[in-house]
Amino acid sequence: MRLAGKGRNRDAEEVRFRFDGRELRGRAGEPLAAALMAQGVRVMGRSFKYHRPRGVMTAGSEEPNALVTVGRGAGREPNVRATVQEVHAGLEAFGQNAWPLVDFDVMAVNDLFAPVLGAGFYYKTFMWPRRFWEKVYEPAIRRAAGLGALSGEHNPDPYEKAFAFCDLLVIGAGPAGLMAALTAGRAGAEVILADEGVEPGGRLLSEDETVAGQPAHVWVATALAELAAMPNVRVMTRTTVTGAYDQGTYGALERVSGHLASPAPELPRECFWRISAKRAVLAAGALERPVAFAGNDRPGVMMASALRSYLHRWGVVPGRSAVVFGNNDDAQRTARDLAAAGVHVAAMVDARPDAPEVPGVPTHRGAVVTGAAGGRQGVEAVSLRLEDGREERLAADTLAVSGGWNPTVHLTCHMNGRPVWNEEIAAFVPAEGAVPGLTPAGACAGVFSTRGCLEAGARAAREALADLGRQAPAAEVPEAEDAPYRLRPLWAVEGKGRAWLDFQNDVTVKDVKLAARENYRSVEHMKRYTTQGMAPDQGKNSNVAALAVLADATGRSIPETGTTTFRPPYVPVSIAAMGAGAQGEGFAPVRHTTSHAASRARGAPMVEAGLWYRPSYFPQGDEDWEAACRREARMVRAAVGVADVSTLGKIDVQGADAARFLDFVYANTFSTLKPGRVRYGLMLREDGHVMDDGTTARFGEDHFVTTTTTAAAGEVMAHLEWVRQGLCPAWDVRLISVTEQWAQFAVAGPKSAELLDGLIDGGLDKSAWPFMSCGPVTVQGIEGRLFRISFSGEEGYEIALPARYGAALFEELATRAEALGGGPYGMEALNALRVEKGFITHAEIHGRTTAFDIGMGRMVSAKTDCIGKAAASREGLSGPEREQLVGFRPVEEGAAMSAGAHVFAEGAEAVRENDQGYVTSVAPSVAFGGWLALGFLRDGRARHGETVVLVDHLRGTRVRATVQEPVQFDPEGGRLRG
Amino acid sequence: MRFSGLKVIKEGLTGNRGWRPHWRDPDPKGAYDMVIIGGGGHGLATAYYLAKEHGITNVAVLEKGYLGGGNVGRNTTIVRANYFLPGNSEFYSHSLKLWESMEEELNFNVMHSQRGLINLFHSDGQRDAFARRGNAMVNQGDDAILLDREGVRQHLPYLDFENTRFPIYGGLYHPRGGTARHDAVAWGYARGADARDVDLIQNCAVTGIDVEQGRVTGVQTTRGAIRAKKVGVVVAGRSSQVAAMAGLRLPIESHVLQAFVTEGLKPAIDHVVSFGMGHFYISQSDKGGLVFGGDLDFYASYAARGNLPMAEHVMEAGMTLMPMIGKAKVLRSWGGIMDMTPDGSPIIDRAPVEGLYLNCGWCYGGFKAVPGSGFSFAHLMATDRHHAPAARYRLDRFATGRGLMDEEGTGAQHNLH
Amino acid sequence: MRLRCPLCGERDRREFSYKGAAVALDRPATEDWSAEWDDYLHNRANPAGETRDLWQHAAGCGAWLVVTRDTVTHAVTEVALARDAARGKGAA
Repeated sequence: MRLAGKGRNRDAEEVRFRFDGRELRGRAGEPLAAALMAQGVRVMGRSFKYHRPRGVMTAGSEEPNALVTVGRGAGREPNVRATVQEVHAGLEAFGQNAWPLVDFDVMAVNDLFAPVLGAGFYYKTFMWPRRFWEKVYEPAIRRAAGLGALSGEHNPDPYEKAFAFCDLLVIGAGPAGLMAALTAGRAGAEVILADEGVEPGGRLLSEDETVAGQPAHVWVATALAELAAMPNVRVMTRTTVTGAYDQGTYGALERVSGHLASPAPELPRECFWRISAKRAVLAAGALERPVAFAGNDRPGVMMASALRSYLHRWGVVPGRSAVVFGNNDDAQRTARDLAAAGVHVAAMVDARPDAPEVPGVPTHRGAVVTGAAGGRQGVEAVSLRLEDGREERLAADTLAVSGGWNPTVHLTCHMNGRPVWNEEIAAFVPAEGAVPGLTPAGACAGVFSTRGCLEAGARAAREALADLGRQAPAAEVPEAEDAPYRLRPLWAVEGKGRAWLDFQNDVTVKDVKLAARENYRSVEHMKRYTTQGMAPDQGKNSNVAALAVLADATGRSIPETGTTTFRPPYVPVSIAAMGAGAQGEGFAPVRHTTSHAASRARGAPMVEAGLWYRPSYFPQGDEDWEAACRREARMVRAAVGVADVSTLGKIDVQGADAARFLDFVYANTFSTLKPGRVRYGLMLREDGHVMDDGTTARFGEDHFVTTTTTAAAGEVMAHLEWVRQGLCPAWDVRLISVTEQWAQFAVAGPKSAELLDGLIDGGLDKSAWPFMSCGPVTVQGIEGRLFRISFSGEEGYEIALPARYGAALFEELATRAEALGGGPYGMEALNALRVEKGFITHAEIHGRTTAFDIGMGRMVSAKTDCIGKAAASREGLSGPEREQLVGFRPVEEGAAMSAGAHVFAEGAEAVRENDQGYVTSVAPSVAFGGWLALGFLRDGRARHGETVVLVDHLRGTRVRATVQEPVQFDPEGGRLRG
Repeated sequence: MRFSGLKVIKEGLTGNRGWRPHWRDPDPKGAYDMVIIGGGGHGLATAYYLAKEHGITNVAVLEKGYLGGGNVGRNTTIVRANYFLPGNSEFYSHSLKLWESMEEELNFNVMHSQRGLINLFHSDGQRDAFARRGNAMVNQGDDAILLDREGVRQHLPYLDFENTRFPIYGGLYHPRGGTARHDAVAWGYARGADARDVDLIQNCAVTGIDVEQGRVTGVQTTRGAIRAKKVGVVVAGRSSQVAAMAGLRLPIESHVLQAFVTEGLKPAIDHVVSFGMGHFYISQSDKGGLVFGGDLDFYASYAARGNLPMAEHVMEAGMTLMPMIGKAKVLRSWGGIMDMTPDGSPIIDRAPVEGLYLNCGWCYGGFKAVPGSGFSFAHLMATDRHHAPAARYRLDRFATGRGLMDEEGTGAQHNLH
Repeated sequence: MRLRCPLCGERDRREFSYKGAAVALDRPATEDWSAEWDDYLHNRANPAGETRDLWQHAAGCGAWLVVTRDTVTHAVTEVALARDAARGKGAA
């Protein structure tokens, strides 16, 4: 309910929103949980396993209970913390993990079966009959489990990622963080102050206390005004630092527009930041911890500090009559504030025998709450055990609990730092130096007074700046609350009934004890067996208490039992934010050749090849791919075809040692190649297998241009640079990739020379361009290169011009080809032509192939040292046991073979033990009609002429085929020599 | 104690007071017939099968931390038999068969869920490569179905078929592939081994391997010296360090592989989906979390944690493939230490020291291998003969070049997998 | 993760690619397969602690680097040009 005149947001605009279909009113900008509380809504969520009704417990992102779904349609967002989602006009939220409504959930029947649904029960049952797991048990479990539901539709909202850099990153803008930012900002350092909240200030906004003699929130406003005036300080609100990574890298999630009623279309919903910080101050504060007692999960049971936040910031309380239960002075603070606000405080129950009193509030010292009783809507009565052992029962609808504070050590664990137990505050504190460059300050380091936090923040900033060689003037630390932290550790109250530790996953004290009894005594075993700490709050509210209960159950101290650790992210981060930019086509670059538009204009379907797009075929009329492929291949064999080959990697190699270098990186020899000539090259990896192949042209004594396959261009370039820099650093050789600088086109077919004769300045004198020659040419005065090489088996050339002329050159070539009865051809025809010729691509050199396998073994063994030579000489990389490159031709003419089929001897059963090889490439053949294939066959070179069976279980085919030479068409090469 | 639904109900009605420890915590004896170093999934399975298949029960499993604390407790829980190279093919096929009877055998529900795995492909060339793989699976006696684009759409209607960087051409469907509850596998084998009198010794780090005249005689540990005639090293992630205690250098580099889980969600993904172009794979746990991962971070590391570039890359792959998961929130990320071999396949072999046996090099695929690896390694340790399905996992294959198993075709040398 | 390229300064890990242990610099001079070659290509000390490995500033200047760092903490202590390291070994 809302308390008249209370709350720092009392002037906020009143807006309408909906929860589970009901229209409600709230104040714009307040957390949804506050608005619901104001309207008397107590049940905001359902627990994971027992579907228990749950109310809000905290006032922050650690909230375990009040998880809702926000929005409808494709963009609806499950598992939103009602403590974080801000109310705006038109906000629609829904309860989740419940049917039909969160207020009345049929699945709550699970709670009746709780005795048999204890820790790990599912490991002991559901095993019979075997097929029932997938068919019956698992679907039922899956439907009952989970929390909210995804929409199942593509994400419709924009998300972004960004980088930021600073000298000092301050994480958290409570008292410690504000002082750290002020100190560093005044010293001129580049500062980013990131805070999870809607407004900076941390606990200072939630407490009734003074700083520098004025209300704490007024001091915060003054500090923020000073920071805002500093150009070197950037304050980022609604920004949670989610992870600490190596060398001062931090991840952060900014909630950009989810709080706006009608966000501008250009605003992302969230932005994921990568912050590179020279130093960081962790001022993340602390989280108040619950105490386990029977029924402590009922709506109306809340953290005491959260209750104060709702009261002071938003002027709301969950009920009219409260009991406060604690083991430290926050009990008194809470009782005092509630009483002052006019809430009836039925009792203050303090586990400490020496607890201070609060005037006007009945105080029970040395007493504990043993249970919270009530109905579906939450607490109605609270049971106490007094110091003298008497039991008492009080009517109350609100129970504020403070079990003390756990420093928010999470980020200090992200690089494997293990927090250390501090007996004095009965809590874990960060390990020294857990994250290089990051200093914890204030409550996250176990300092709980406001004054102590202010001092720690200033000190941490000064130390960080000193590390960076900057002097920061000693800041004047304002006067503030400086009370000692007086705590009597209390984790769980003995008694009947279920006492919750992990609220969300429904892990109770009994579950932890059962795990211990079954010998899951290691903390890790206990967690994994009970699922303690695995829920969306990741144990923020429960890990330490569960550890304490385990320690008690196993007769060990807490440090002996273990520690707690946390992994990134600190708060859950949407996949859309961390994966921003990739949805749709943004996942990888798209590379277009200069002929791309022209190919598209001619109707060519484009296919991906190593990020590039290449035309598959150029259809005429209603041709399908096969008809177009056959026509284009015939055109090349009979007239002339033009194909863009610019995607092949091109590396310019220069220097006095260029030839020697190529001899070293290729399995063949280039030092003997004459200028003006081209040679095929086979490149091995150092492991002796084929890495890539391509042609290399020698333009001068010290100048080569080598080509790679499209897919391997980057890999080859990195490899060559490695060899150059790492293995022959003293050689005079330089490399540069010129792939994008040249547009290069294959002109192939018996009329290729005729075409080029009309194009090249001065015409083409065929006798000056023998097979495997190269040299400079000009086209309309533009300097280019011509190579007499062929991948089709026909007389062929490749002509290259600077890329800016590529589009025009392609049009020119295509038009001229068409005039000669030819035209452009695509990847399908290119493939069909090369299969007839037994030329290999990465279908054949798939990484496991050796030079021996493709019939080039002798070339390697005859060479002096080169990359891969030693490893290629291993016994296992050659010999009759290996599968060798062969051609296949179907016995029955026109039978369609398929790549991926395996090869068996005739009559042999198609099982692994009889497997003889496999088919790598299949293409239509214009030379022979029907189809041809390439593949690998055990001892294949000795088996030409043999009939084998190509078995493709998946496509349901068995084709008898004869084993052939890989080169099936024009084996003498008469055609390509022209 | 036999587990059953009836037992769970009976205990539930009587206050759950009858449950007993799933395994003992014995002190180490001075000598055993065999010592297994490493109480992870593979080590526990080895101990179980030594006892069950070979009657060898005077065995200790030495674990420096807690049982199942290695990669069996930090993986993406996928179980499959979709390899295609001889060696891997028969091994994973055997392992999957053991998975299929594991629950009855161990009387422990490891929640092995054969929900089906789909490997997507995005070009004709990839289709052919997957066809070769699928045909190899069928040749081996396993199951594989080649789906076209519409076939994929029937199974996975939520993928982005229209507006994505790598359009979906189809998928290789492996119906028997699936997932399992990873921790439970370790616990099930531990319970089974313990019941057969194997000593499972936690918090016992091996600090030395005793070798006399080329023969293993025992190990030194933080809980005293233990003599043994045979010692098995099953410590993926720490193989190099333990092998070094016997003077060995292994063909292994250690790398970090990250994985991620989201908050619990109602059922959204019913299969295991693998997107090779993005090095991304995903499934949904029975608790509702989307469990997914990607490629190695690609630098040698023992930190068991990764960095943002790969984490973001994984999320990006998810967003281009299935943008419906955008609103799911990553709850936790973690890293495992992967034993990377040059060819990406494991080693189950005798070491060049008599009485010392190696089980290592599982790269990022060790989870599904747990039963097969334990079975084959137990066979090797018990009989000194290779178990047929694992006979190709030889240590000397790199020296000879014979029988390299480079499934990815990226090369049989380090840092290419 | 960030590395300091000797030529370009500190850069994000995204700009670098990785090759592996710096033993790759010690390529055997022999052409025939041998135990030395096997060891060079395959066997690794694989330390949990300080290691030297090879990275390339692939999306930057293209320089190959020898990085001295800790495989447990990821702390980087030295980055040198592989070319200088190779010359120091008397490579060709």
